[in-house]
Amino acid sequence: MITATIDGQKVSFKEKTTILKAAKNLGIEIPTLCYNEVIKPYSACRICVVEVSLNGRTKIAASCSTEIEEGMTIKTDSLRVMNARKIVAELLLGRAPDSPQVKEIALLYGVKESRFKSDTPQKCILCGLCVRACDEIVGVSAISFINRGPEREVATPFKEISSTCIQCGTCAYVCPTGSITIEDVLNRKVIHSEMTLGPTTAIRVPSLQSTPNVPYIDTDACIHFKTGNCEICKVYCEREAINYDMKEEIVDVDVGSIVISTGYDLFDSSKLPQFGYGRYPNVVDSIQFEKLCHASGPTGGKILLENGKPPERIAIVHCVGSRDEKYKKYCSRVCCMYAMKFAHLVHEKTDAEIFEFYIDMRAFGKGFEEFYHRMLEEGVNFIRGKVAEVTDGAVTKAEEGKLIVRCEDTLIGRVRRIPVDMVVLCPAMIPRKDAEEVMKIFGLTKSADGFIREQHPKLAPVSTDSDGIFLAGACQGPKDIPDSVTQGAGAAGAVLSLGKVFAMEPIYSFIDEELCAGCKICISVCPYDAISYDDEKHISRVDEMMCKGCGSCVAACPGGVAVQKGFRDEQIFSEIEGILFA
Amino acid sequence: MNDNNDFSPKIVGFLCRWCSYQGADLAGTSRIEYPPNLIPIRVMCSGRVDPVFVMKAFSEGADGVMIFGCHPGDCHYKEGNYKAIRRFHLLKKMLNQFGIEDERFRLEWVSAAEGDLFAEIVKDASEKIKSLGPLNWKERVGV
Repeated sequence: MITATIDGQKVSFKEKTTILKAAKNLGIEIPTLCYNEVIKPYSACRICVVEVSLNGRTKIAASCSTEIEEGMTIKTDSLRVMNARKIVAELLLGRAPDSPQVKEIALLYGVKESRFKSDTPQKCILCGLCVRACDEIVGVSAISFINRGPEREVATPFKEISSTCIQCGTCAYVCPTGSITIEDVLNRKVIHSEMTLGPTTAIRVPSLQSTPNVPYIDTDACIHFKTGNCEICKVYCEREAINYDMKEEIVDVDVGSIVISTGYDLFDSSKLPQFGYGRYPNVVDSIQFEKLCHASGPTGGKILLENGKPPERIAIVHCVGSRDEKYKKYCSRVCCMYAMKFAHLVHEKTDAEIFEFYIDMRAFGKGFEEFYHRMLEEGVNFIRGKVAEVTDGAVTKAEEGKLIVRCEDTLIGRVRRIPVDMVVLCPAMIPRKDAEEVMKIFGLTKSADGFIREQHPKLAPVSTDSDGIFLAGACQGPKDIPDSVTQGAGAAGAVLSLGKVFAMEPIYSFIDEELCAGCKICISVCPYDAISYDDEKHISRVDEMMCKGCGSCVAACPGGVAVQKGFRDEQIFSEIEGILFA
Repeated sequence: MNDNNDFSPKIVGFLCRWCSYQGADLAGTSRIEYPPNLIPIRVMCSGRVDPVFVMKAFSEGADGVMIFGCHPGDCHYKEGNYKAIRRFHLLKKMLNQFGIEDERFRLEWVSAAEGDLFAEIVKDASEKIKSLGPLNWKERVGV
C-alpha cells in the first residue's frame, strides 16, 4: 500500500497511480489539455502541474505522469501551483490565442491576454495527443512530430498525403483544441446528412428503438478491424461483453411454417428531379422528416432547417412516385395520413405556415376523416393539385432565398408559386429491393404492383400459393401499422391453425406396376424426388405423400403407364372432345 | 379458303392451375373484354401437357391450340414449364410438317397477376388465327 497526502487528505493505493488519477478519486479536478485516459501521458502542455514534496524536497511536477510515492505530500491549489499554471496558460495563449479551449483554461487563472506573441499563432499546442493516438490506439502511426524548436509541428512523413492514414478521424477526435479537422475533399453536397445518419461511432446501437437494444460493431468503420489495434470499447466494457471474434453464422432451422414479413422500401425521390431532392438543401423525404421530428433524432425533436433555424413555411407534397403512370400506378395508402400527422407536429412545434399539396385525401380509417377536419381547423392550407416543380429560381423579391413550389391549384383553377423554406416529400412505398430474391427462394409469386402475391385477396389474404408460407405486413402491399398488426395476427392464426394434420394432394400420380418398364424417365423429371426405383421388381413407384400432383411424370412416361388422379389422359381427351363437338 | 367474315376460330387452351388459370380468372373478374374463341382446359402444370393432347385437339377440329404456363423461374412445381418449352419446340416442328401453321400453336407465359396480358394474348391469337382461316383438319386428311 502506498500512502500519500493530497491537499491535506490521506490516500492509499495498492498499485502505481498517477497524482492526476488519485486526485480525481478524491473528487479533486485538475485541468488538463494534453491528457487522455486511454493514451500514455506525455505531459506536454504542463497545465496539470502540482506541488510535490517528498523527503524534504519540493518541486513542481506534472500530475498526469508523476506517480504517487510513499510519504508524498501533494498540493494542487497552493499559490506556487497557481502561479505556475498562470504562466503556463499565458504561454499557451500566446501560442494559440484563438483556441476556445485554451482561452477557457487561461481564464481560470485570470489570464485574458498574453504578453507572449507568436509569429505563427495557431490552434495546435503540440500536445502530441494526435500522434500518440494514431500510434497507440489506431496503430498505424501516420503522423508524428517533425522538426525541432520553433519549427516543430505535427505532420505526415515529408508532409505528403499519407497512404498509411486510414481516415478514421481519431486524431481529430482527441485533439483538445480543435486544431485537426476532417474535410470531405470530394466536395459532395451533403444535404441534411445528419438527418439520415447522425454522427456515429463504429460501435453503436442502431437507434433508440432497436430490438435487441444492444450495440453492434460496424466492422467497416471499426479501427480494430482495420489495424488490429484500438479495442477501447473492450477496455471500457465492465461486463466484458465485447467479442471481436464473433462471426456471422448460417444456421439451419427445421420449421413447419414460415411467415414472410420482410417489409418495404421507400421510393428514391431523386428519380423525380423536379422536386429537387438531393439538389436543394431543405428538401427531405418523409423518413428523414420523421427523424427530424423524433425526440431521439439528430435535432432532439426540433424541426430545423439546414442552417439551424426553424422554418417559417413548410410544403408537404403527396404522391411522389405514387399514382403515377410513369412510376408506380398504385396508391401507397399511408401517406395522406402521415402527411397530416407531419402538419400537426409542425403546427405544435413551430409557428410555420403549412401547405399540403394533394390529389385526393385518403382518410379511410377509424378517426382518420375526423383528423382531416381537425387539420382544416388548425389552418393547414390544403391545395388540390400536383406539384410541377420545386425551384430556387426567384422571380420576385419575396421569393429570394426560398424554395418555390409551383403547382396547379385545381380548386381555384390557377397555377401558383408558393415560396417555402422546407419541402417534405411523401414518396411511394415500394417492394424491397431484394423482394424478387425472397420470392424466388420461397417459390412465391408477384402481384402486378411488384409486392408479394397473397393466395386470394378476399379469401386468403395471409396465405400464399406455397403451403405453410404466410405473409404479413408491407411486403404484401403498402399498409399502415394497424393493418400490418392485423395481418400479422392473421398470419399467426393461420400458422397455429395448421395443427397436426397433414394434408396431401388428392390428385397425386401413381404408376401401374404391371405395365412399368423401369425406364426411370419419370424419376428424372420429378421435381420433388417423389418417385423411387424398386431394384427388385425393376419398376418405378410414386410416394403419394411426397407427390404434389404436377403431372410431369405422366406427360413424360413413354408407355402411358403413369397416371394422375383427376387428370388422366382419358379425362383430358374427353374435355377436348367436348369443347370441339359440333 | 378464307371466309373471314363468318369464321370464328375455335382455340383450345391448356392453362396451368397456378399462374395462367388464375391470370385468366383475373381477366374475368376485372371484366376485361376479349374474344370468346379460347376455351380453357385446366391442368395442374404446363408440364402435364402431353403432345398427344395438342394433336388430339387439332385432329378433333381445333383451329388453334395454346399452352399457357408460369413465367420461367416461377413455376409452382419448379421446372414444369421448362418441360413444356422442350416439348413445344419439337412438337411445333412436327406440326409444321403436317401443314399446321406456326400461328396456330403457341406457348405463352402468363402470371396470376396478369389478367390484362392474358386477354391481350387471346385477342391477338384469335385475330391471327381468324385471318389464317379454319384448319379443317378432318377434311384435309379425308376422315
